[in-house]
Amino acid sequence: MNSLAKKLLDGREGAVSLALLAAIILIVLPLLLDPFRIGLVGKYITYAFVAVSLVLLWGHGGILSLGQGMFFGLGGYAMAMFLKLEASDPISTKIQTTPGIPDFMDWNQITAIPWFWQPFQSLTLTLLAILLVPTFFAFIIGYAMFKRRVGGVYFAIITQAITLILSILIIGQQGYTGGVNGITDLKTLLGWDIRTDSARYVLYYLNALLLIGCIMLSHYILSSKFGMMLLAMRDKEERVRFSGYDVANFKIFIFCVSAMISAIGGAMFTLQVGFMSPSFVGIVPSIEMVIFAAVGGRMSLIGAVYGTLLVSFGKTMFSETYPELWLFLMGGLFIAVVMFFPNGLAGVYNKYKNKIGFLRRLSESDKETPTVAAPVPANSVTAKPQGETA
Amino acid sequence: MFGYSLSEVGNIFVMQGFSGLSLFSVLLLMALGLAVIFGQMGVINMAHGEFMAIGAYTTVLLSNIAVSYDFVQSYFVFAIIAAFIVAFIIGYLVEYGLIRHLYKRPLDTLLATWGLSLIMQQIFRSIFGAKEVSATLPDWLLGSFKLTPNIDIPINGVFVMVLTLIVTGGVFVFMYRSRWGLRMRATVQNRVMAGAVGINTKRVDRVTFALGCGIAGVAGAAFTTIASTGPTTGSLYIVDSFMVVVLGGTASLIGTIASAFGIAQTQSILQFFMTSSMGKVATLLTIVVIFMMRPEGLFSSKVRK
Repeated sequence: MNSLAKKLLDGREGAVSLALLAAIILIVLPLLLDPFRIGLVGKYITYAFVAVSLVLLWGHGGILSLGQGMFFGLGGYAMAMFLKLEASDPISTKIQTTPGIPDFMDWNQITAIPWFWQPFQSLTLTLLAILLVPTFFAFIIGYAMFKRRVGGVYFAIITQAITLILSILIIGQQGYTGGVNGITDLKTLLGWDIRTDSARYVLYYLNALLLIGCIMLSHYILSSKFGMMLLAMRDKEERVRFSGYDVANFKIFIFCVSAMISAIGGAMFTLQVGFMSPSFVGIVPSIEMVIFAAVGGRMSLIGAVYGTLLVSFGKTMFSETYPELWLFLMGGLFIAVVMFFPNGLAGVYNKYKNKIGFLRRLSESDKETPTVAAPVPANSVTAKPQGETA
Repeated sequence: MFGYSLSEVGNIFVMQGFSGLSLFSVLLLMALGLAVIFGQMGVINMAHGEFMAIGAYTTVLLSNIAVSYDFVQSYFVFAIIAAFIVAFIIGYLVEYGLIRHLYKRPLDTLLATWGLSLIMQQIFRSIFGAKEVSATLPDWLLGSFKLTPNIDIPINGVFVMVLTLIVTGGVFVFMYRSRWGLRMRATVQNRVMAGAVGINTKRVDRVTFALGCGIAGVAGAAFTTIASTGPTTGSLYIVDSFMVVVLGGTASLIGTIASAFGIAQTQSILQFFMTSSMGKVATLLTIVVIFMMRPEGLFSSKVRK
């Protein structure tokens, strides 16, 4: 394998895992499930973007953000605003007092499209907004926090508070955001109906391919020198700083990348599900996405996807039949993952893979061709399961 | 000013200021417990709101018993003590079963206690139902003083404030004037040395955590006098109380009091002049901005790090 492919796929073993994941979500699930269930899995996959972003940020960077729901929401709302404007053309909204504006604005006595909605009439600007607005927010937050050397639990609490601010703002400003109902009744994307079964399949595949793309991008980042720096910062931040690196800039960068990946997930969520609401922005979804990553394995990009699929599927299944049991299970999951499986499913897999012949041969073949990460001097930083320094 | 006359603005400030004081009391009681746990041990307890709910539910249970055995006028004092004891015991057990395994991993503690809070909320829901319940208050807690014809001061608010003062004073005495407090502060300053001079640091941790939870229980008992309790009551206050602790600076009780006061007053006065949600947004935003400018908190002890 040439070196770029190796970096994108995380070696031969990583390539096999990624191919397996791709086979499952691109071939096996669509064959097994009906269109409704495929829509559900598509929704889960959009959460997986956030889980992948948390693996980068939390697993490798040691930075726990409880505000990923904010970025997911910003991406989702940006897409929803575009679709809503398209759905509220003057003809289909002619019963309103002011035709041509979104219905919830009309209900709240707003007569013109507000200025911050104007850019979302263009798809190009919308796509740019999806990628850049959350990244910009992340940059501001990251710059303010990391440059002042705020980290650890303080960072977690402050991002949680900012997420709360955003969700109160969305709920409170009903006329501009659709309030607690969110932005609903989304119909078409450039005239293409997103509510049909065939659209659901197309979006599902787009979704899955984007996710795989994000995973490959993340592999690339992690296998570079920057990936090593992340681990080093996580384990011995002071030492990295004393070696002459500006720790804050690395942290800001990875925070921005993770915000962008989450926002792509949010935008795909809006397309796949057909609405966006504040219940996917607040504190609870943000911390639930952390548990997706934790169950899958906080160090493993691919594990995070499996973790997301499993936990979300469990949530849907249990909250339909035993809603009471679900919260117990979810709470237990948080505790169990932290206490007994700090590396999640990926950790369990890595522990037992040496017992299975062909998996062992795979990982050995990776070791023969040393990657950047392979030669580790005795006293340098190594990947430990715990993301925090004491 | 906003189309109100000067005397009206004065009255609004007094009344909103007073309702801010009630909020201040609950926030301070919550934040005191958190500050003890977070400031002294560095543990983030996301289930702190649920310990407050434990105190509130204990009070409600006792009030139901009081109604059937006819001692409504006097039960509230017992309820406060019971709320403290129940929350203390559960906190003690939680420390033993969960927290002590995670001291070196603060972010993981955060996740584990979040899981704990989910479980506790569901337990409340299963036992007490999803609806909000409220305690039957004794007559002496109802009604209000009339300071001037336009200003009403509710008695329950005054009661909560007095209770807050007593608890705050108690925490001060405990932390700075008692043997236990001395051990706690010694353990915080230098765990190894504290152990070497014969302090059982593990027991100190356990008691510190349980004490913080117990204070949250008292907050819950106080809370029942001004609002009704539901399974998710505690989670409504958790972010605010963390903001109080973070803004005040973790190592300082004075800072906690000052920031609880500032946050509660800002929020309640802003909420009158803006909508309720915008007042909250403005308050939280102010805190975040202040924190970004002064990450060590408003009142930090000057330590060379």
